[in-house]
Amino acid sequence: MLYREAGQFKTSYAADQQLFPIRQDRIGVLLLLAAAFLAVPGMASEYWFSAILIPFLIFALAALGLNILTGYAGQLSLGSAAFMAVGAYAAYNFQLRVEGIPILVSFALAGLTAAGVGVLFGLPSLRIKGFYLAVATLAAQFFIVWCLTKFPWLSNNSSSGVISAQKVEILGHIFESPREKYLLVLTVVVLMALAARNLVRTSTGRAWMAVRDMDVAASVIGIRLMPTKLLAFAVSSFYCGVAGALYAFCYLGSVEPDGFSLEMSFKILFMIIIGGVGSILGSFLGAAFILLLPIFLDVGLPWLAELFHLPFSTATVSHIQTLVFGALIMFFLIVEPHGLARLWQIAKEKLRLWPFPH
Amino acid sequence: MKKSFKPALAAVAVSLALISQSAVSAEEQFFPLVSYRVGPYGANGQAFYGGFVDYLNYVNMKEGGVNGVKMAWEECETEYNNAKGVECYERLKSKAKASAGPIHTMSTGISYALVDKAAADKLPLAMMGYGRTDAVDGSVFPYAFPLVTTYQMQASAIVRFIKDKEKGSLAGKKIVYLYHDSAYGKEAIVALQAEASLNKFELTLIPVAHPGNEQGAQWLKIRQEKPDYVIFYGWGVMNQTGLKSAQKVGFPRDRIIGSWWAGSEEDTVPAGDAAKGYMAATWNLAGKSLPLIADIEKTVYGGGKGNLQDTSKLGTVLYNRGVSAAVLSVEAVRRAQEKFGKGKAMNGEQMRWALENLNIADARLKQIGAADLLPEIKTSCANHEGSGKVKIQQWDGAKWVPVSGWIEGNKALIHPLFEASAKQYAKEKGITPRDCSKEKI
Amino acid sequence: MQFFFEVLIGGLLSGIMYSLVALGFVLIYKASGVFNFAQGAMVYLAALSVVGCMEKGAPLWLALILAFAVMTLFGIATEKFVLRKLVNQPPIALFMATIGLAFFVEGLAPMVFGSDPRALDLGIVDEPIESILESAGMVISKFDLVAAGVAAVLVTSLALFFQYTRIGRALRAVADDHQAALSIGIPLQHIWAIVWGVAGFVALVAGMLWGARNGVQFALTFTALKALPVLILGGFTSVPGAIVGGLIIGASEKLAEIYIPPVMQSLFGGNFGGIEGWFPYVLALLFLLVRPEGLFGERHIDRV
Repeated sequence: MLYREAGQFKTSYAADQQLFPIRQDRIGVLLLLAAAFLAVPGMASEYWFSAILIPFLIFALAALGLNILTGYAGQLSLGSAAFMAVGAYAAYNFQLRVEGIPILVSFALAGLTAAGVGVLFGLPSLRIKGFYLAVATLAAQFFIVWCLTKFPWLSNNSSSGVISAQKVEILGHIFESPREKYLLVLTVVVLMALAARNLVRTSTGRAWMAVRDMDVAASVIGIRLMPTKLLAFAVSSFYCGVAGALYAFCYLGSVEPDGFSLEMSFKILFMIIIGGVGSILGSFLGAAFILLLPIFLDVGLPWLAELFHLPFSTATVSHIQTLVFGALIMFFLIVEPHGLARLWQIAKEKLRLWPFPH
Repeated sequence: MKKSFKPALAAVAVSLALISQSAVSAEEQFFPLVSYRVGPYGANGQAFYGGFVDYLNYVNMKEGGVNGVKMAWEECETEYNNAKGVECYERLKSKAKASAGPIHTMSTGISYALVDKAAADKLPLAMMGYGRTDAVDGSVFPYAFPLVTTYQMQASAIVRFIKDKEKGSLAGKKIVYLYHDSAYGKEAIVALQAEASLNKFELTLIPVAHPGNEQGAQWLKIRQEKPDYVIFYGWGVMNQTGLKSAQKVGFPRDRIIGSWWAGSEEDTVPAGDAAKGYMAATWNLAGKSLPLIADIEKTVYGGGKGNLQDTSKLGTVLYNRGVSAAVLSVEAVRRAQEKFGKGKAMNGEQMRWALENLNIADARLKQIGAADLLPEIKTSCANHEGSGKVKIQQWDGAKWVPVSGWIEGNKALIHPLFEASAKQYAKEKGITPRDCSKEKI
Repeated sequence: MQFFFEVLIGGLLSGIMYSLVALGFVLIYKASGVFNFAQGAMVYLAALSVVGCMEKGAPLWLALILAFAVMTLFGIATEKFVLRKLVNQPPIALFMATIGLAFFVEGLAPMVFGSDPRALDLGIVDEPIESILESAGMVISKFDLVAAGVAAVLVTSLALFFQYTRIGRALRAVADDHQAALSIGIPLQHIWAIVWGVAGFVALVAGMLWGARNGVQFALTFTALKALPVLILGGFTSVPGAIVGGLIIGASEKLAEIYIPPVMQSLFGGNFGGIEGWFPYVLALLFLLVRPEGLFGERHIDRV
């Protein structure tokens, strides 16, 4: 009833190819953005900003980057956190060493630096496929983190290798409170998400998908594999790099190379698999799921244990959290191997007929 | 499929309600415990936070809190993960508005991420033997407290211990520094280099990549170098692997001296016989027979309120370290109440003042039964460390035995390093340091 | 030169330990095409159930049998409750499921058996063999030699098992082609359960040796990270590949740790040790550029 495309006729190519071709989607996205930009800043508490919303947006951006590479171009990567680290350290160094450079410019340059490194580690993808490539991207993960630890110049000779992000200042305004940082991160993430949505429907995006589905076939129909794959690595690393810069500057403040661990790369991979491989929306849903689930378990389980007077020690509760987290991942995969985004699609199809399905 | 989401939504609603629960009532002193009990270092966390919580309980049971103010706490599991640590901090922060005990994360990475946030929120952050070491300079870091001792002072104290063993001279000796290749291991390098040029010994640095479950190459290199001593900054599995590998190449264990993260039962027991004779620094002693620990066992565990699931951890190095950390925290509460009003809960700023003006002499430690547990401590604005002393203990195959008195690191050599580092930090961040001479006591 | 050989031999012997973990990956990948990330967690579970049973008073042999039972049950349960439900899903979903499984085990195992790091005494002391030390001046550990022997026995018996038993033949048939195997009446699900059981057994052996070497603790799950480069180098589907890959990785990693940092130090100044974390991966990566299917992997032919 509410969600019906019937009657929306497209009379021009432009109308047919717009970002959100269905009117209800356009309204929905606008409402969502309005809520994120106007309603949330007024309502959310500091805890929500700095512990949930900001990391959610940053991880969604990183997941988006990985999704471009894995979901659209079909190249599995386990090194996303390392590219985030490149972004974080690059942004720090640009701020430190280039006098008066605007912060957004150094974020963009950080993304480009990460893109360069990404292309370098993307080169093997021209010969290696599948899980072999995944394990090979681990080389990037470990090597980059090691480099950041070993070259003191990168951390301005700090004895511990830890860097503290500089102040975020745009046009004379200092972004200090969590709310301001949230709005900054939100703006960056929204723009980049729209850009990604735009990108995947261009000829580049279609070439990626052709490579993903079968690269031999793609090369037969005239897609040049090398630039296509390397571009996917570059764009993906750019997204991860910007996410890393935001992670350092708007979320943690101080970061160490070891913080960008393999565990974090896995977390980003979880997000796209749970959220939906090859879906922009899925990156956001996955990030929300993976970040909120442990918090929810951490808060909910002790409460449940108390409610039912279960004699659990604190350590046991912590173990149960890990266990339940793993079990829920398996459960979701079994119920819906194509991720949460697929659930949304199913819901949309149902909505089309609702409330008269027959 | 849509159905299965309804309980999830309800559950989220429940958790939101929990998060927004009101702050703790005024006559309780709230301790936000950003703790960990699972993951690679879970066993260490269980002992430390077990001891911490047990002492808080003990204070409540024994004397009804501090001047009638009961100790309260809430834990949040970080799994030793920086991002989770920040989430936990933010979650517990709202409850710590009215009254805040010092935050103990027992993780260098999490401490680093919290230093700025805690200062902005005016909450005291304790880093006892870990964390941001240049925070010793309280003029730049008013809210961060690397209490008792730091990685650098410890390294310096270990060098002094070796020097005493070598009858006062290290000239021409060879020392290998084998370390976990992270912020933790790297911090002590500058201190050791300074010591090396002062005492004219030869220093070789050998890093071990995380997690350190393979050290074959490193120990073969050590065997080839034939050093007189190995100073060993390991963490987690690196400790057992290091001791086992030393045994494998036949390096005498009584010439390896570990840091206090490499000197607990969790590190030596799994290494079996390979650990016998191994020495490590510590800022708190082990043992169940210490009067305070014995009384905790009687009062808290006798009263059925013990936090440990596995009571065999009672009296271990890390358990006693948790108790020691809690002793200092509770003493700070006492100190704050003396100044700002007895019988009231203290907020972050008041606790900060107290932590900066701690003065716990042996007499007071004896009063609470902790005389041999930890060293005396006296902090000030310019010195957030307050002690810089460690003891060296030796593993005899079954327990840790102290083999030295309290040894202080070379303050004149090490503290300027902190000041220089803090100055650089202040410059990068645009902080104007406080003038410590103008601080009121 | 003597030092070079000492490092080389030490590296080869460490490499055998990596191979033991890699074997488990190979078995499961070969039979079901699943990249089982939970293998590291299985090593942990196996070692923990042994020390857990011993703490409750069981002698070593009984604890081993009980642990083997635990691992078999675990394998069967995994097949029944997870893999069976994910048949025909993309490999990445299966991979992800095994990561979920790893979390599950990492929560469950310490909850049941306790999370304290513990010693595991197999009665073999990890000390240098004196006669070699005296005659050649080289350090070779007894324990490492025993581990190498165990690995040799394990690989031989696995090879025999695959070659000559009925189940072994069925396993190979399944590995070659799932559908063809099904159509000639091989019960795929039984076979998978058996493979997981065998992988559990390999995890048990790896867990015993690694546990005795470094203590039984959570960090046993990290052994998987040591096994991955071995796996790329040797090929995901080859049992001998796992052994040869392990030897190459072990030896080159130790030699690199000794000889590369001084070179870098002279080039850039500073301290460059601790390269063991990434060196095997980069080595494997370079190797893959030459042979994308690994040393003994099957060459994959793409057809449009």
